[in-house]
Amino acid sequence: MILVWLIAILLIGGVLCWLLAQWNKALSRWIALCATAAGLVIAVWLCLQYKDAAGEAGSWFINYRLNWIPSFGISFHLALDGLSLVLLLLTFFLGILSVLCSWSEIKEKHGFYFFNLLWTLAGICGVFVAMDLFLFYFFWEVMLVPMYFLISIWGDSNRRYASYKFFLFTQAGGLLMLLSVLALYFIHAQQTGIYSFDYFDLLHTSPEASSAKWIMMGFLIAFMVKLPVVPFHNWLPDAHSEAPTAGSLILAGLLLKTGAYGIIRFVLTLFPQQAQAFAWWAMLLGAIGILYGAFLAFAQTDLKRLIAYTSVSHMGFVLLGIFAFNEIAMQGVIMQILTHGISTGALFIIAGMLKERLHTRDINRMGGLWTAMPFMGGAAMVFTMASLGLPMLGNFIAEFLILIGAFSVNIALTVLATLGLIFSACYALRMMQKVFLGPVSVAAPLKDLNVREWVMMSALTISIVVLGLFPQPVIDMVKGVVSGLFVS
Amino acid sequence: MHQYLFLIPALPLLGFLILSLAGKHLHKTTIAWIGAGTICAASIVTILLGIEFLKNPPASGAYTQLLWNWFSAGRLSVAVSITADALTMVFIFVITFVGALIHIYSTAFMRRDRDYARFFASMNLFVCSMLILVMADNLVLLYLGWEGVGLCSYLLIGFWYETPANCHAANKAFYITRIGDTAMAIGLFLLFKELGTLHIATILEEAPKRFASGDTDITLIALLLLMGSVGKSAQLPLQTWLPDAMAGPSPVSALIHAATMVTAGVYLIARMHTVFQLSPVAMNVVAVIGAVTLFIGGCSAMVQTDIKRILAYSTISQIGYMFLALGVGAWSAAIFHFFTHAFFKALLFLAAGAVIEALHHEHNIFKMGGLKHDMRTVFLTFLAGAASLAALPLVTAGFFSKDPILWYAWSAENGNPFLWMLAIAGAFITAFYSTRLMLVVFWGEKKTPVGALPGKWMTVPLVILAIASVAAGYIEWPHNLMHLTLFSDLVQKVLPAVVLKQGLPSEFIFQGIAVLVTFAGLYTGYVLYYSNKRILEGWRQSARMLTIRNFLLKGWGFDDLYHAWFVQPFLFITRINKNDVFDRLYTGLAQVNIRMNRLLSLTQNGSLRWYIAGVLLGILFIISMQLL
Repeated sequence: MILVWLIAILLIGGVLCWLLAQWNKALSRWIALCATAAGLVIAVWLCLQYKDAAGEAGSWFINYRLNWIPSFGISFHLALDGLSLVLLLLTFFLGILSVLCSWSEIKEKHGFYFFNLLWTLAGICGVFVAMDLFLFYFFWEVMLVPMYFLISIWGDSNRRYASYKFFLFTQAGGLLMLLSVLALYFIHAQQTGIYSFDYFDLLHTSPEASSAKWIMMGFLIAFMVKLPVVPFHNWLPDAHSEAPTAGSLILAGLLLKTGAYGIIRFVLTLFPQQAQAFAWWAMLLGAIGILYGAFLAFAQTDLKRLIAYTSVSHMGFVLLGIFAFNEIAMQGVIMQILTHGISTGALFIIAGMLKERLHTRDINRMGGLWTAMPFMGGAAMVFTMASLGLPMLGNFIAEFLILIGAFSVNIALTVLATLGLIFSACYALRMMQKVFLGPVSVAAPLKDLNVREWVMMSALTISIVVLGLFPQPVIDMVKGVVSGLFVS
Repeated sequence: MHQYLFLIPALPLLGFLILSLAGKHLHKTTIAWIGAGTICAASIVTILLGIEFLKNPPASGAYTQLLWNWFSAGRLSVAVSITADALTMVFIFVITFVGALIHIYSTAFMRRDRDYARFFASMNLFVCSMLILVMADNLVLLYLGWEGVGLCSYLLIGFWYETPANCHAANKAFYITRIGDTAMAIGLFLLFKELGTLHIATILEEAPKRFASGDTDITLIALLLLMGSVGKSAQLPLQTWLPDAMAGPSPVSALIHAATMVTAGVYLIARMHTVFQLSPVAMNVVAVIGAVTLFIGGCSAMVQTDIKRILAYSTISQIGYMFLALGVGAWSAAIFHFFTHAFFKALLFLAAGAVIEALHHEHNIFKMGGLKHDMRTVFLTFLAGAASLAALPLVTAGFFSKDPILWYAWSAENGNPFLWMLAIAGAFITAFYSTRLMLVVFWGEKKTPVGALPGKWMTVPLVILAIASVAAGYIEWPHNLMHLTLFSDLVQKVLPAVVLKQGLPSEFIFQGIAVLVTFAGLYTGYVLYYSNKRILEGWRQSARMLTIRNFLLKGWGFDDLYHAWFVQPFLFITRINKNDVFDRLYTGLAQVNIRMNRLLSLTQNGSLRWYIAGVLLGILFIISMQLL
C-alpha cells in the first residue's frame, strides 16, 4: 500500500499545484516541494526498514497486487526490491532538486508546470515499481506526456522541434515495446491458457527461439532509445538543451535510467538466452557510445548540449556493464545509474544557474567566471571531475566496477571503452576551461550562489563524495537483486 | 604508536577541508598557519613514527591500519587501508618534510596573492593525495592517490587561471598523464583478471607462483603499469607536459614537479618490483626508457633560457636516472637518488622562485646576472643545489646517489655498456648545464635591478634544504670507499639487493671516469660561459648550430609530432562531426515523410475526374486480385 501512496502523493500533489495556483502562485511550489520531500522521507524510511533483508537473492520487500481489468488479465501490481528502492531514492532526491531549481526560473503558468513536473516524477516512480507489463507501459506513457509539455511550453527558443523529436523517438520505441508485450501476452496464453500481463507469470514463458529474439528486440530497442544508445541518441541533445533546467535534470537524472532499469528488469530476466546471444553486439554498442558521445561532447559550444553528449558517453558504460553478465559489472551499472544522475544533474543545474545569470548557453561567451563566482566554480570543478571519473567521487566506483567486470568477459571491447577515460578528460577540462577559467569575459557583476543554490549544490556534493567513499550500503542494498540475476 | 598512522594523510586533508570551505572568510595569517601547520604537524607525526619504526621494527615489516572497507562486489574486495613499510617511510618522510619546508616558504612567497586560501587548499590536498598514494595497501587506493595528485597538479599549474597559456599547460599535463593513467587502469584490470586481487602484498606474493618469468601476461601487466609511471614521471614518450607545467607558482614546481609527484612512477615500479622482476623485457624497457630520457632531457636542459624550464628538463633527466637504476635492478640506488634529488631539486626550484620574484618575474637567465653579491643567501643555497645536481664528488649528496647508478648501469646483472655510456654522457651534460646556470645567473654583469629580497620565512627553508642537499648523501657510501650503508639497509628490507655481474674491473675505475667526466662538464661550462665566450658567439653565427639549438630548445620536436599525429586528427574528427552524422539519418527520414505527404496531397486536388479515375482504378485492382 505504501507504494501506492508514494505515487499518489505525487499525482495528488500535482493536481493540487494546478488548482491552487489560480489564487496563489507561491503555494504551488511549496506543495510540490512538500510532495517530493514526503516521498523522500518515505523512501528513506523504506531503506532503513529493509536494509537487512537486501542480501538474499530474489527477495521482494513489498508485493502489492489488486485486480484492475481481470478479464484481460491486467492487474495493478506493484512490488519493491533493492533495485527499485535505490532508484526511488534517486527519484525523490532529484525530484526535490528539480522543484528547487525551478523556484525562480519559471515565470509563467506555475501551476501547470508543477503539475507536469510531479506527474512525470509519478510516472517514473511507477515505472520503477510496476510489475504488470500493461501497468508498466501505462506508467511509461505517464512520464512521457508531461515531459513533452515541460519541454514544449517552458523550453528554450527551439523547444517545439526538440519536444516533437523527443516525443517521436520515445513513442516509436514505446510502440515496439507494446508490440512485444502483446506478443508475450498471447504466447503465454497459448502455452498456459491464462491471459496475464503479470511479470511473474510471464517470467516462465518460453517463446520459441526465433520469435523470442524479435520480442526481445522490441523491448531492447525501446529501452535503448531511452538510455540512449548510439545511434538512437539523437533526441537527447535537443531535448536536454531546450528543456528548462528541471526538465534536463529529470531527463538526464531519471528518464534515461528507466531505460537501464528496463533492460535489467525485463530484458535480462524475460529473455536470458537471447540477451546473452546479443551481448557482444550490445557491448560493442556500449563502447561505441562511450567514445562517440565523448567525441561529440568535445566539439559542442552549447553548454547544455555538451553535457547532454556526456550523458550519451556515460550511458555507454551502463550498456557495456549490463551485457557483461557478471556481478561486479552489474553493481557498477547500478552505481553508475545513481552517480550519473547526481553528477550530470548537478552539471545541468549549474548550466541553468549560468543561464539565469548570463542569458546564454554558448560557452564561447563565457570564461573566467571563477573570479566572480568561486563557489559555483568549485562545485562545477567537483562535478566535472566526477564526470571524468576521478576517484573519491562516486562515478569512479561505478566506472571502475563496470570496466573491471567487463574486462574478464571481453578484453578488446573493454580496452576500447577504457579509452573513453582519456576522452572524458578532454571534454570535461575543455568545459571547465571555457566556462570558469581563462580571462574574465563578463563585465556585468555576477552573484555567487544564493542560499537555495548553495543548499542544492551542497546536497549534491555531499552525496557524490559519500557515494565515492562509502559505496558499500548501496552495493549491499542491491546485492540480492544482482546475485539473483546471475544465479539461474 | 601505529594507530596514529592515519593522522599523516588526515591532517593535510583537514587543512584542505577548512581552507576550501571557510578560506574566503579567514585572515591570511590564519590561512598560513592552517596551510603550513597541518603539513608540519604531519611531518612531526612522521618523524616520531619513523623513530619508532627504526627502533622497534614491526614484525611484519610494516605498520598497517584498516580504516574502512571501501567496496566489495563479487570477488572484488577493496579496503581503505594504509600501510607503511621501509620504502613507504622514506617516501612519507620526504613528502612531509620537504612538503613542510615548501609550505613554510610559500606562506611568504604567495603572501600577496589574491587566492591565498585556494593555493594552500590545493597544496594540502596534494600532500594528502600523495601520502595516500604511497601508503595505499591496494592498487585501487593507490590509484585514488594517483589521480588525486594529478588533479592537484592540474589545479596548481593552472593556478593563475586568467592567463590562457597557464590553463593550456594545466590541461596538457592532465591529458598526457591521463593517457598513462588509463594504461595503468587497464593494467589493474588485467592483474585482477589473472590474480583475483588488487591487494599489493598479495600480488607480490602470488605473482611468482602464478607466472613463470617472461610470461606474456606478466610482461603486459608490467608494461601497462610502466605506462602509468612514464606518464606521471614525465619519461619518454610522455615527457612533454612537464616543461609546460612550469606555468604554476615556483613552490608548486618544487613540491609537485620536482620532489614528489613526478617520482610517483619510481615509487610504483619499486613497489611492484616482483611483477617487474618476473619480466626481463619490462625491466629492459624501464632501463632503456630511463637512459634515453636522461640523455634527451639533459640535452634540452643545456639550451633552455627560462630558468624554470632548465630545471624542468633537468628533473626529467634526473628521473631518467632513477628509471635506469630501477631497470637494471639497482632498486635501493633508485630510491636513494629520489631521496637526494627531492632535496636539491626542491631547493633549486625554491631558490629560482626567489630569484624570479626579486627580478620582477623575469624568467630568462640571460636577463639575470651578477646576483652573487646582491642575493647572498640565495646564491649560496643555489650553489649547494647546483653542485649536488652536478654531482660534485664527495661534497654533495648528488654524488653519493648518482655514482652508484652509473656503476650499476654497467655492473648490475641487467646493465650493459650502452646504458652506462648514456648515463656517463648524461653526467657530463648535467655538470655542464649546472655550471651554465650558475655562471649566467650569478656571475657576470647585472642586467636587471634587484627588487625586494626574500624574507626569513623564505630563506630558512632554503638553508635547511641546502644543508640536506650537501649532507644527505653521507648516510650511504659506495662500497669501495666506506662501509656505511644506512639507507640501503633500510630499503632493502622491502626491495631486493642488486645482483652484480662477475669479473668486472674495479669500481674505482668507473668512479674515476665518472669524476673526470663531471669535471670535464664543469670545465666546458666554465670555458663557454665565462673564460672564453667567443666560442659561443661563433656558434651563434652558424646556421647548423642554431638548428640544433632550436631542435633541443623545443624538446626534440615531440610537441610538434604529437600535435600533427594525435591532436590535429582528433580536432579534425570532432570538428567535422560537430552536428552528429546520425542526425542526418533522422532528418532525412523526416524529409522523406514530408515529401510523401506533399506527393499524396497532390491527389487531393478537388477535381472530380481524378477521384472517379481513382475509384475505377481501385475497383479494377480489387477485381483483378480476385480473379488471380
